[in-house]
Amino acid sequence: MTKTKVIIGLGSCGVAAGAGKVYKKISELKEAENLDFELGKTSCVGMCYREPLVEVIDENGSFLYGGIDEDKAVELINKHVNNNNPVRDYIVVTDLYDTPDRKYLEGQVKIALRNCGMIDPEIIAEYEERGGYGAVRKIVENKIPPENVIKEVMDSGLRGRGGGGFPTGLKWKFAHKNKSDNKYIICNADEGDPGAFMDRSLLEGDPHSVLEGMIIAGYAVGANEGVIYCRAEYPLALKRLAIAIEQAEDRGYLGSNILGKEGFDFRITVKEGAGAFVCGEETALIASIEGERGMPRKRPPFPAESGLWRKPSNINNVETFANIPWIIDKGGSAYAKYGTEKSKGTKVFALAGKINHGGLVEVPMGITIKDVIFKLGGGIPGGKKFKAVQLGGPSGGCIPEYLSSTVVDFDSVTATGAIMGSGGMVVMDETTCMVDVAKFFLDFTRKESCGKCTFCRVGTKRMLEILIRITEGEGETKDMEKLEELAYQIKDSSLCGLGQTAPNPVLTTLKYFRDEYEAHISQKKCPSLTCKKLLTYEVNEENCTGCTVCAKNCPVDAIEGARKEVHFIKQDICIRCGVCFNKCKFDAINLS
Amino acid sequence: MRVKRISKKIPELPESPEKVDLSLLDPLIEKFSGKKGITIPVLQGAQEIFGFIPREVFIRLSEELNLELNELYGVATFYAQFRLSPVGKMIIKVCHGTACHVQNAGTITESLQESLKVEDGCTTEDGLFTLESVACLGCCSLAPVMMIGDETYGKLTGNEAVKIIKELKLKEKN
Ligand SMILES: Cc1cc2nc3c(=O)[nH]c(=O)nc-3n(C[C@H](O)[C@H](O)[C@H](O)COP(=O)(O)O)c2cc1C
Ligand code: FES
Repeated sequence: MTKTKVIIGLGSCGVAAGAGKVYKKISELKEAENLDFELGKTSCVGMCYREPLVEVIDENGSFLYGGIDEDKAVELINKHVNNNNPVRDYIVVTDLYDTPDRKYLEGQVKIALRNCGMIDPEIIAEYEERGGYGAVRKIVENKIPPENVIKEVMDSGLRGRGGGGFPTGLKWKFAHKNKSDNKYIICNADEGDPGAFMDRSLLEGDPHSVLEGMIIAGYAVGANEGVIYCRAEYPLALKRLAIAIEQAEDRGYLGSNILGKEGFDFRITVKEGAGAFVCGEETALIASIEGERGMPRKRPPFPAESGLWRKPSNINNVETFANIPWIIDKGGSAYAKYGTEKSKGTKVFALAGKINHGGLVEVPMGITIKDVIFKLGGGIPGGKKFKAVQLGGPSGGCIPEYLSSTVVDFDSVTATGAIMGSGGMVVMDETTCMVDVAKFFLDFTRKESCGKCTFCRVGTKRMLEILIRITEGEGETKDMEKLEELAYQIKDSSLCGLGQTAPNPVLTTLKYFRDEYEAHISQKKCPSLTCKKLLTYEVNEENCTGCTVCAKNCPVDAIEGARKEVHFIKQDICIRCGVCFNKCKFDAINLS
Repeated sequence: MRVKRISKKIPELPESPEKVDLSLLDPLIEKFSGKKGITIPVLQGAQEIFGFIPREVFIRLSEELNLELNELYGVATFYAQFRLSPVGKMIIKVCHGTACHVQNAGTITESLQESLKVEDGCTTEDGLFTLESVACLGCCSLAPVMMIGDETYGKLTGNEAVKIIKELKLKEKN
């Protein structure tokens, strides 16, 4: 009989939900009672909405338990592990019977995420057991020349997953062609889009697949050095990368004469980003690795010609690299079987916002937005109405509900005015104000503009000022045209993608939600009750207990009322700061 | 042509409140001496040691590592990570990424401001907490999120955030 295994998901999301405590509890229990099972850890399987997750694998199959806290963990060990009596109430997915959550997994095709949540990312042998480093081995053993590796990647149709969607094989070909004594492979792990976490999950859950992708890229373009530029906000990813690199060196996948092949040398170092969104842009990223301010440089020359330290460099995103070993292993045409004509393969999306099943999903290109949100994502919580989905972060746009049968591939998404971006999908419901969303993104890009181009630096500020005015009830009808005019000027006059795309959130909301702008401007109303300055606060007489908390906290003394008696807000004094609403424990402040 | 300008004054930099033990920098200087592309890792290392980057540190690093002072300062002010003044014992990072924003991250910051009596970006009088807004901590599915030290707290409300802070404060006192 094989030993029962208990595996705990210790990705950042799991830990945030309390998985660390669960792990500790179970290992203490195992120790104290000298229990006979194997305790293991893994990373995120993508079901962030069910964290902390504990998987029990016994002779009957696999049982994935969700929402486990310390008490439930004890119960689970006692009942299931010690007495072979699975706790049905907490089971999320099992081999034995169907569960609602199974849908979340069934619509997916896992290529980039093939090992996430399946292996302990800190143990290289587990990666190897699932075929890891098989692609590098295949190249060495079958003496596949670099040209053929590049051809395989071209055949796969893989396009860059960092947002630009440039064909990866073609990029490699350029870097391969340029002769130089030294070339670099750079992995872009800056993941700056706020609302996206695919790259973090990949690095935490399967760092070796990214390393292997980079090693193959190094072989293909003739580079001996790799650099991973990872944001410092991802401590766990950084830690696991460091462990993975050390292990890969020990096993001879990194270093000199890899797997015994003469002259196949490749080393990887990690650079920590220092917090600047623009450093996700490739030329700014290179400047940052060189120790400078992360300011974009003019292209051409492209990095493939003159990149890091003025040497030919090939830069790809984390997810792009994670796909590579699979493609080399299974063949480019196997990858190209998935997807649409011009967007092949799968894409990982990070589902967040107003959605029931927030987490990571990997789906074939060509699936509709509706299917992602409703079939996989389980729809909108609280029976609210789906309004829009934001794709592509600060460079992207909002796709409205009525376009939700748009399929996800590079071209269809671009046609809506949004962009595919890196895969962040933030879902919004009827309580989200689209003008406020536009303001949020402009505030972000204004802060993150490096300041090099005037239109990006000043233009985003002007646009933000107009948006603030509109959300505070000071907007004028001509503001909408002004926004559009500024938007096109910024797009045309910015050097890098940050400025060129910064107006997209405003342009798409103006296009699809013009009525909301109009309501703010002409009726001075925020239909989704978000913009504080446009709301009226009133006391709900039935709920008010006269506790006086609102009156005490009102910064302008606009609230009157004696203790234990219904209070009253003087509208002429109220500055609409919302403090009373936040402070009231009895739901006694109404918004309208 | 780039103008070389080395000034020992750095007028914008605040005086350090306490004496800074510059010998703590020795291992860092040894590690990076003579290498290229070191500006950011050196500053990160220094911040790790002191919690922020005191002016004396800028000056010593520029002298020992042959980096221009204005360049070091320029880099330090460009990136969000670097701080030029001391911070509290614990840094509260409230996420204001997209997912957290649409899930009312604003209320979290407001409640903490109220309870701690500090502005966003400032440190409490007792030097215990620094309140910060950051963009996306990568736990968007648990929005709204805040991070204190290595601990991440998800699915927060304003009241819960305040409760967590109060508990930390209590623990600190004992
Ligand atoms: C403002 C800006 C931010 C970017 N941020 C990222 C990022 O965080 N991660 C990423 O992989 N690519 C980012 N990119 C795209 C990169 O410039 C580059 O296209 C990409 O890393 C190339 O890799 P790929 O071909 O594998 O997608 C950004 C681009 C711009 C203009
Ligand atoms: S938006 Fe807050 S964690 Fe990503």
